[in-house]
Amino acid sequence: MSVSLRTMKKDQKGVVVSVNASGELGRRIRDMGLVPGTEFMVVGRAPLEDPVALRMKGFTLTLRNNEADFIVVAPED
Amino acid sequence: MGKEYFVAVSGQPNCGKSTMFNALTGSTARVGNYPGITVDRTEGRYCTPDFCANLVDLPGTYSLTSYSMEEVVARNVIVDEKPDVVINMLDATSLERSLYLAVQFMEIGVPVVLGLNMMDEVRKKGIRIDSKKLSELMGVPVVECIARRGVGKEELMESVQQVVEATEGEWNPVNISYGHDLDPVIEEMTVLIKENEFMTDRYDPHWLAVKYLEEDEIVMKNGQKADPQMAVQMEEKVQTVSAHIQKTLNTYPEAVLADYRYGFINSILKQGVISREDNLRFDASDKIDLVLTHKFLGPVIMLLIMYSMFYITFNVGAIPQGWVEAGFAWFSNTVGSLLPDGLLRSMVTSGVIDGVGAVMGFTPLILIMFAMLVFLEDLGYMARVSYMVDRVFRSFGLHGMSIMPFIMSGGLPGGCAVPGVMTCRTLRSPKERIATIITAPFMICGAKTTAYLMLVRAFYPDNATTVMFGLVLISWLLALCFGRLLRWTALKGESTPFVMELPPYRIPTLHGVAIHTWDRVWEYVKKAGTVILAISILMWALMTFPQLPAERVAAFEAQRVQVAEQSVAWSGTAEEKEAKVKQVLAEISYNEGEAALKHSYAGRMSEAISPVTDVAGFPWQANVAFIGAFAAKEVFVSTMSTAYSLGEEDPEEALSLTEKIAADKAWTTPVIWSVFIFLMVYVPCMVTVAVIARETNWKWATFSVFGSLTFGYSLSVIIYQVGSLLM
Repeated sequence: MSVSLRTMKKDQKGVVVSVNASGELGRRIRDMGLVPGTEFMVVGRAPLEDPVALRMKGFTLTLRNNEADFIVVAPED
Repeated sequence: MGKEYFVAVSGQPNCGKSTMFNALTGSTARVGNYPGITVDRTEGRYCTPDFCANLVDLPGTYSLTSYSMEEVVARNVIVDEKPDVVINMLDATSLERSLYLAVQFMEIGVPVVLGLNMMDEVRKKGIRIDSKKLSELMGVPVVECIARRGVGKEELMESVQQVVEATEGEWNPVNISYGHDLDPVIEEMTVLIKENEFMTDRYDPHWLAVKYLEEDEIVMKNGQKADPQMAVQMEEKVQTVSAHIQKTLNTYPEAVLADYRYGFINSILKQGVISREDNLRFDASDKIDLVLTHKFLGPVIMLLIMYSMFYITFNVGAIPQGWVEAGFAWFSNTVGSLLPDGLLRSMVTSGVIDGVGAVMGFTPLILIMFAMLVFLEDLGYMARVSYMVDRVFRSFGLHGMSIMPFIMSGGLPGGCAVPGVMTCRTLRSPKERIATIITAPFMICGAKTTAYLMLVRAFYPDNATTVMFGLVLISWLLALCFGRLLRWTALKGESTPFVMELPPYRIPTLHGVAIHTWDRVWEYVKKAGTVILAISILMWALMTFPQLPAERVAAFEAQRVQVAEQSVAWSGTAEEKEAKVKQVLAEISYNEGEAALKHSYAGRMSEAISPVTDVAGFPWQANVAFIGAFAAKEVFVSTMSTAYSLGEEDPEEALSLTEKIAADKAWTTPVIWSVFIFLMVYVPCMVTVAVIARETNWKWATFSVFGSLTFGYSLSVIIYQVGSLLM
C-alpha cells in the first residue's frame, strides 16, 4: 500500500515509490538521492512537527511536510 | 621548471573537500570572488619536484544542474576553464549519494580522480569498501583519504599526474545508458548537434543533448543565442519525448535521467564494492540529535547556545574592541597635534580617522563572532537550528536559516547588523536571503541600545526594563512582518525548498576554522573600510559646512570676552568665580555648536524636511539626530546632546540630558513612540548599507534605505496621528 511521506510516523521505515515533484523541487529531491527504490526511516520531526528528518543512504535528510506530499512511499510494517 | 597543471577540487557539501584542499595548498590558499557574484573562489598551489598544480576549490554542490549559483559556478569552471583534472572528494560513509556528482563529472568528460574521504569513519562503522574494484568499474583512479589528518594527499596528486600524462588533455565523456525511451532521442540529438556544430566548441554533444532533456535553463538560453533554429529543433524533440514519457510512465525525462544515474551507481556498488550496506543504522550523530533537536530540550539548548555566543562576542569582544578604539583615538590625537588647527585637521581626525576607526573597532567582534559561527557551521549545528525554527520563519516568508542573522543583528539587544548581514551568506535562496538582509537591521543593535536606554530612562524611569523588553519584542515583530510584506510584494515567489542534509556532527579542524574566519574578516576590513572612508568624509562635510559666517563667530567670541570682563565684578571667592566662568563659557560654546549645527547642511536638511517630519511629530532635535545617526546610530545620542546644548558625554552630564529631555514638553507619549519606532526601522547605518551593497548590490542597498524609511515613517505617522487623536 502506498501513502504520502507526510503520514509516516517517527521510527517508521519505508521505501520510496515515486517522486511527483517537477522543476526545482523535484531536481533538488533527486539530487539529494531521494529516488524511487530508496529505503528510509523517519528519525525525527522538528519541535513544531515540521520539517521531518529521514535517515537514508547513510545520511540524514530533512524536508518540509508540504514537500513530503509529493513523495509516495510504501511503509514497511 | 616542471609542468603546470590546472586542477579543480570538488565535492558535495560536508564531504571534507575544503579540508583536503587546505591540506594540499597549505598557506598558499587565497580567496577571491568569482566575477560578479559573491561565491568564494579559493585558489592555491601544490608543488612537487616534477610538477606544480594550481588548484581551485569549487563550491560544494550535490549536483551539476543549474539550480543554485554554486552548481552553475562549479559547472562553468569545468566547461569554460577546462581543468586538466577534477579531484572529486567524497564522503565514503554515504557512497551512493556521493557518487552522483562524480558520475556527472564523468558525463561532461573531464578527467576525474576520486578521493574517498572519511575512511577512518567507514572502518569504525564496520563497512568495507573495495576501492580497487571501484576504480576498475568506474574507470578512474580512487584514493582512500582521511582529509583531517592529510592522509592521502600525496597519493591524490600522484594520481593527478598519472591521469594528466595518460589523457594528455583528451576528454573522454562517459555515456551512461538512460533506457530505451531516452537513449534513441539522445542519439538523434547528438547526431544533429554534431552535424550543425551546435555549441560544440563549448559542450560535448552527448552531454548537451542530456542537458536539453533535463531542460537546463542556462544551456537552453545559450542555445537560443547561439543558433535559434537549432534551439527550436532541439526543444521540439524534448517536448515530443517528454509528452511520451508523461503519458506512458507519468514522469519527466529529468527524473528518468536521475533514476538511471543512481541505477548506474548501484550496479557498480552491488558488484562487491561495498561489503555491507547499512543505510538506516543509527550512528552517534543521531543519538546526539535525540537531545539537541528534542521537542522541548532542543529549542532551550538552542537559545542557551545563542545567548552564550552573543554574550562572548560582546563581552570578550569588547576588550580588543577597546584596544582598537584606543589605538585609533591615540592615532587621532597624535595626528591632530601634528596638524595645524583648522579644516584639514578636522577632516583628517573627525572625518577620516574617527570614521574608519569606528568601523575597524568592529573587527574584533566580527572575528570572534565568525570564529564561533564557522565552528558551529562546520560542526553541523547550524543545520539543526534552521531545521528547528523553519516552521515559524516560513509563516513569515523567511527561511529557517534566517534566524542567525536576526540574533546577530541584535535580536538580543546589543548585537550589530554588520556581522548580522554578513551571516546571511549561510542562506542559499536569493529571495529569502534578501528579505532577511533587509529586515535584520530592524533589530536593536548596540548603538540603538544606548539611544533607547537614554530615552527610556527619561520617559519611563519606573518601567525601564518592561519598556526595553517590549521594544525588543516589537523589533522582532516588525522585522518578521516587513519580511512578510516583502515576500508578498517585491520578493514574491514560492518558498525555497527546504530539502537539506543534516550533516553528521564532526569536530572542525582548527586550521579550517581559522582560514574561514580570516577570509571573512579580511574581506570586511578591506572593502567595507574603503566605502566607509568615503561616506565618513561626506558625513563630516555635511555636519561641518557651510561654517558659521564670520560675524556670528565674532559675536560668540564677543560674548566670551564680555564674560571674562564681567566676571571681575562678580561676587564670591576666586574659585567660585572660576567655576562660574567655566560654566558660562561652556554654555556659549554649546550655543555656538548648536548654531553651527543648525547652519550646516545637516541642520538645513533637518529644517527642510521638518514639514514632512512634523506629520510624525518629531522634535527638531530628533530630526538632526536622525540625520546624523545614519552615519552610525551612536551619533543619535551625541547629536541629541549637542542639540540640547548640554554637557560632554560623561555620566553626570548624560543624566542631566535625560532630565532635560524629560522636562521638554514637546515629548508627549505619541511623540515618544513615534520616535522609538522610527529609530528602530528608519534606515540601517551607513556601515550596514555598505555591507548590504556588498552582499547583494547597490539596488537592494538603496531599497533597504528607502524601503525602511517609508515603512518607519508610515508607522510613525500612524502612531503620532492616532495617538494625538486619542490623547
